[in-house]
Amino acid sequence: MSRSRLVIVALIAVIAVVAAWYLMRMMAPPPSDLDLAREKPSAAGLYHVAIEPELQPLEQGRMHSWIVSVQANGAPVTDATLTVDGGMPQHGHGLPTQPQSTGHVGEGRYRIDGVRFNMGGWWVLKIGIASPAGSDTAEFNIML
Amino acid sequence: MRRLAWVPLILALLAGCNPSSLTDEEKRVVASLSLAALPPVPDDPSNRFAASRAAAAFGATLFFDTDLSANGEVACATCHKVDRQFQDDLPLAKGIGTTDRRTMPLAGVAWSPWQFWDGRRDSLWSQALTPLEDAREHGADRTMLAQLLARKFGDRYASIFGPLPDLSGLPEHAGPRSDAAGQAAWAAMDEGRRREIDTVFVNLGKAIAAFERSIVPTQTRFDRFASALAKDEEPQGDAAFSDLEVEGLKLFVGKGQCVNCHNGPRFTDDHFHNTGVPAAPGLPPDRGRAQAVAQFDADPFNCLGPYSDAAGKCDELKFALRDGEELVRAFKTPSLRGVASRPPYMHSGQIPTLQGVIDHYSHAPAAPEGHSEVQAVIFTDRGRAALIAFLKTLDP
Repeated sequence: MSRSRLVIVALIAVIAVVAAWYLMRMMAPPPSDLDLAREKPSAAGLYHVAIEPELQPLEQGRMHSWIVSVQANGAPVTDATLTVDGGMPQHGHGLPTQPQSTGHVGEGRYRIDGVRFNMGGWWVLKIGIASPAGSDTAEFNIML
Repeated sequence: MRRLAWVPLILALLAGCNPSSLTDEEKRVVASLSLAALPPVPDDPSNRFAASRAAAAFGATLFFDTDLSANGEVACATCHKVDRQFQDDLPLAKGIGTTDRRTMPLAGVAWSPWQFWDGRRDSLWSQALTPLEDAREHGADRTMLAQLLARKFGDRYASIFGPLPDLSGLPEHAGPRSDAAGQAAWAAMDEGRRREIDTVFVNLGKAIAAFERSIVPTQTRFDRFASALAKDEEPQGDAAFSDLEVEGLKLFVGKGQCVNCHNGPRFTDDHFHNTGVPAAPGLPPDRGRAQAVAQFDADPFNCLGPYSDAAGKCDELKFALRDGEELVRAFKTPSLRGVASRPPYMHSGQIPTLQGVIDHYSHAPAAPEGHSEVQAVIFTDRGRAALIAFLKTLDP
């Protein structure tokens, strides 16, 4: 192989690596072991949290509500204050709206209004829970 | 140099082009972009005349009427040209003066929860009222418009909205966004009268909005291609895509990541993004969505205001994102339907050609302020040509 051809091959290899890196960074699928559970203990274990969308199936672009159920030691938590945050981890942006909790609707259930997912892909919803039992968060992955 | 001839081929392979077939996932995305997936025009609870045919017809008359301006020469249709996709081909809209923004096309506008490039209005009717009072656009004012309606369209107005209020003794020119004399005259009017005039002004906007709801996106080659695909048929005639167009489609929904924001049947996520678009030379700093929040909250004609018919059903306004770095220089994702035939591009017409737009996303420059969401994408020359070929299939 002539030297000039070697240079060209090396150049192509570099371009290929750079292109592949860009491609991976932008288009990497979410981790294959992404936990899509809609029910889990909160981060510090203070609560057991379950979430369910009122819009079934979930739709890109439609504003909708979620019901969040909060329990502690097997009993519904009825005096919590909930906050909502989230975003798209791979795009580095948050939620396109500012969802709000309307408060306790009975039996440890809370309604979160104003959620919208404006893009397809991997979203995270972070539910903050504060009650006399303490403050904790629960993070849920959602695939659209 | 002959040896270099195979370099583009390798680059094309790197780009992952396989023009001959679409994956199931790509087909799913194509279906989601097709007009067949467009839901019926959403209700506008804030405008009880939204579905009124008489209001829409009256709105159409008003839309083309140059008497709705200070100099008698500017109508909505001056910038929103009916034969040009309801836009004007100019970098910056020109009414009586020149604005800071590009005229937006109107097809499908009623599906948008927010109006203007920065979404500073939350309904079509509150949008329609804004240029009427802008000195650079129509330069009209509220008492002038009320008197014009009485003089020119009194019966028609009354048949839709009920009788006009007594306009006798009104100042010829008065309004809160008028010149100093007009503002003083407005301030001197008693509150009840101002409210009556505001109601007339609002009804004018609601009629124009009712008309604008009828401006809908039309089927294009892409929709016919998508329709065949959905039926598992080979697209025929003009529905058949060339290899280059298929390649562009694959880039659009794949590596190019265009579909992240340009999604759904109108090719927009109805949201606001900072994509690092350069500041337009000679214009004051434009913070986009970040400066719109205070404006829609202060707008007396917003969904929660006294002139809205929504009775509090205002989810978009209630749950709007109001804080954060992401709003800085964030502008609305424009629909891409018809995009290839309406340069220039971006919110102030900063980029003259589609090639320039692709260069912009390819280089992904840092934003003049805030953070650009765009990650650089390397396109081959063929990839660029393919993307443009695909975008042309969205032309009506």
